[in-house]
Amino acid sequence: MNAALQLDSLPASAERRPGLVAVAMSGGVDSSTVAAVLLQQGRPVVGLTMQLWNQRRLPELQGDAPARDRCCSLDDVYDAKRVAQHLNFPHYVVNFEEQFEQRVVRPFVEQYLAGRTPIACTNCNSDVKFEPLLRMARQIGAEHLATGHYARIRHHALTGRYQLLRARDDSKDQSYFLWGLTQAQLSRSEFPLGELTKDEVRRLARQANLPVAEKPDSMELCFVPNGNYVRFIHAYSRESGKPLKNPEGDIVTEEGTVIGRHSGVHNYTIGQRKGLGFATGKPIYVLAIDPEQNRVVVGEDDALRSVSFEMEGVNWISIAEPAAPVRALVKIRHKHDPAPATAEALPGLRARITFEQPQRAVTPGQAAVIYDGDSVLAGGWIRSSR
Amino acid sequence: MNRIYLDNNATTAVEPAVLEAMLPYFSSDFGNASSIHTFGQRARAAVETARDQLAALLNARSQEIVFTSGGTESDNHAIFGIVAASTARTKHVITSTIEHEAVLNACQVLEKQGVAVTYLPVSREGLIDLNELRKAIRPDTVLITIMHANNELGTVQTLSEIGRIAAEVDVYLHTDAVQSIGKIPVDVKALQLDLLSLSGHKIYAPKGIGALFIKGGTRLRQFLFGGHHQRGFRPGTENVPGIIGLGKAAELARLSLERDAFRIAALRDRLEDGLLARIPDSHANASAAPRTPNTSNLTFPGIEGEALVISLDLKGLACSTGAACSSGAVEPSHVLTAIGLPAAEARASIRFSLGRHTTDAEIDAALEIAPAALAQLREISPTYRRETAAHP
Repeated sequence: MNAALQLDSLPASAERRPGLVAVAMSGGVDSSTVAAVLLQQGRPVVGLTMQLWNQRRLPELQGDAPARDRCCSLDDVYDAKRVAQHLNFPHYVVNFEEQFEQRVVRPFVEQYLAGRTPIACTNCNSDVKFEPLLRMARQIGAEHLATGHYARIRHHALTGRYQLLRARDDSKDQSYFLWGLTQAQLSRSEFPLGELTKDEVRRLARQANLPVAEKPDSMELCFVPNGNYVRFIHAYSRESGKPLKNPEGDIVTEEGTVIGRHSGVHNYTIGQRKGLGFATGKPIYVLAIDPEQNRVVVGEDDALRSVSFEMEGVNWISIAEPAAPVRALVKIRHKHDPAPATAEALPGLRARITFEQPQRAVTPGQAAVIYDGDSVLAGGWIRSSR
Repeated sequence: MNRIYLDNNATTAVEPAVLEAMLPYFSSDFGNASSIHTFGQRARAAVETARDQLAALLNARSQEIVFTSGGTESDNHAIFGIVAASTARTKHVITSTIEHEAVLNACQVLEKQGVAVTYLPVSREGLIDLNELRKAIRPDTVLITIMHANNELGTVQTLSEIGRIAAEVDVYLHTDAVQSIGKIPVDVKALQLDLLSLSGHKIYAPKGIGALFIKGGTRLRQFLFGGHHQRGFRPGTENVPGIIGLGKAAELARLSLERDAFRIAALRDRLEDGLLARIPDSHANASAAPRTPNTSNLTFPGIEGEALVISLDLKGLACSTGAACSSGAVEPSHVLTAIGLPAAEARASIRFSLGRHTTDAEIDAALEIAPAALAQLREISPTYRRETAAHP
């Protein structure tokens, strides 16, 4: 244990910035500690907590879990308020329910129904936290927004670009979810936890006597109770007046032979092995999801691997869009070890990734993030693989 | 920081004289007003004095006053109580689109129970149309519930006319008078009211105490069941200090209402006119209607009301936008939508509500703080620039 770690011996942030800084507070230990750290550095702080989802909606899901375990619950809002009271800085709750539904929840449901596997947190970062929330921060006089993300931002003096770097604590790194941030957004963002480990953050929270110091981490999608996204999709579709019709269809092999029935394409993820509903001699996996024909294609592990895929909506961060292919490490889902590949920028915010070794389960709808060492060169949505 | 409080429609500070009147009833005269002994008798006497004080403010009889926990309980009691007491086969209730949630949500529950509800629309000034009200009345109408003054706009309905119509057709009339009591005269006889809800904390009494006026002879199903407190009609050990506070606050309101109203209206007008003059492209909502003297609702196109309220608070000026939900976040205002403001303008609106303790100097300060904050917000507002660019 690093007993020497004290709030006042923290590495000063790369540039000490004057003026009011807004802290995006979820009510959890990470963002609460951000506020403590910034105050310790002598920065004037205002806390903002986003009200994102009306927990009284979709009452049929309410038996699933006490709202306590989810973010954007009222308890979390009150936790954030308690932290602000304890550390004595102003704190406000801001209502982004409309933006959250339009930019995160509805696309999430639509993507699943289109046979993709979306990542809601990326949309939330790019389109809610660092968009309307950052704008709100500026409107109330805070030029910067600090969050509890585990990642780092560095301003490169020569290129003038803001670079996004992996967190010092590899096990907590969240850079994979932040690739959508523009240069303008990065220039106004601060990630004070990027140099710390989770243990250090907990220790700082305890030293500051934060009322949330022992609060467990939230792991799941904040608006989906118990992580049961299938039930959520059904309930949401019903509430929107478009209840899902009998979504059943065929499970087929790559050759098109029907070998079983599926319960709706939104129940399946590429690479999934369990829960296919039948047993064969060899392990088989979901290879592709075909919403047009309402089919789930399965096959053996070999067929699941791809060498190359295309990305869309690509955002180049630490470098400008390169004219020639670059060698890099590419990560294709949150828990994937980045693999050596060549990245080639294509016109129309696209890119082609070619791995040195075939990778398992390249999944449309997930993000691919291109790294050079710790540095995030670019990120984008996986469109197709082959 | 010297903070300025211009959010008196949300709640008011307990008046020192009210607090002083209450204090003995927490400790030395702590008796249960239902007890036989001297402790209880003292409490009972004080409670009945408070009932008289409140009845005097309303021109009601003391036995027509039932103390409750506040405006929400009074509204629920009146609405569900009247509907439940009616033996009609089909039932119909008339209300408006700009009621407080305590009325609107109660009416929505009634609808789920099979009661028909008409929500009367309001004009740009926030007033219902009396002809629409007449037309809405059906043979099975059991209750008309129309708020007296609106919390967001201050608009005062022509309740005397509504009372006349209700009396003509012999339908019970309830009004949520939470925002009018203490600000404008309220005479339950002149207005021909059957039921009226009020709340203590809007008139310088504490939170958690309110009252329901029930005209003698009104058939109302009781809501809570228990002991024999308040004639068994609203059981539960009386909140003696709260009741004393409400009584004292009612007495103070009766004595100072006229003087307060003139003084506060002058301050409100100075604030409103000053802001409209200093801030381009701004307008006041429902300002042509009769309003409570303390309320001003202003729209500043191109800004987010939520951001303005936060920036003003950071500069020490408290006001509000829309209606706060439990988290403290702002919900879109159903009232501003009902008077026909487009969603963007409804979001760009804030409410100032003055009080008995608002001073000239505070209005001067507000006239400095708000225009500066607004200019800063508009400078970084993408929509405001677009709007101005569209009209060169």
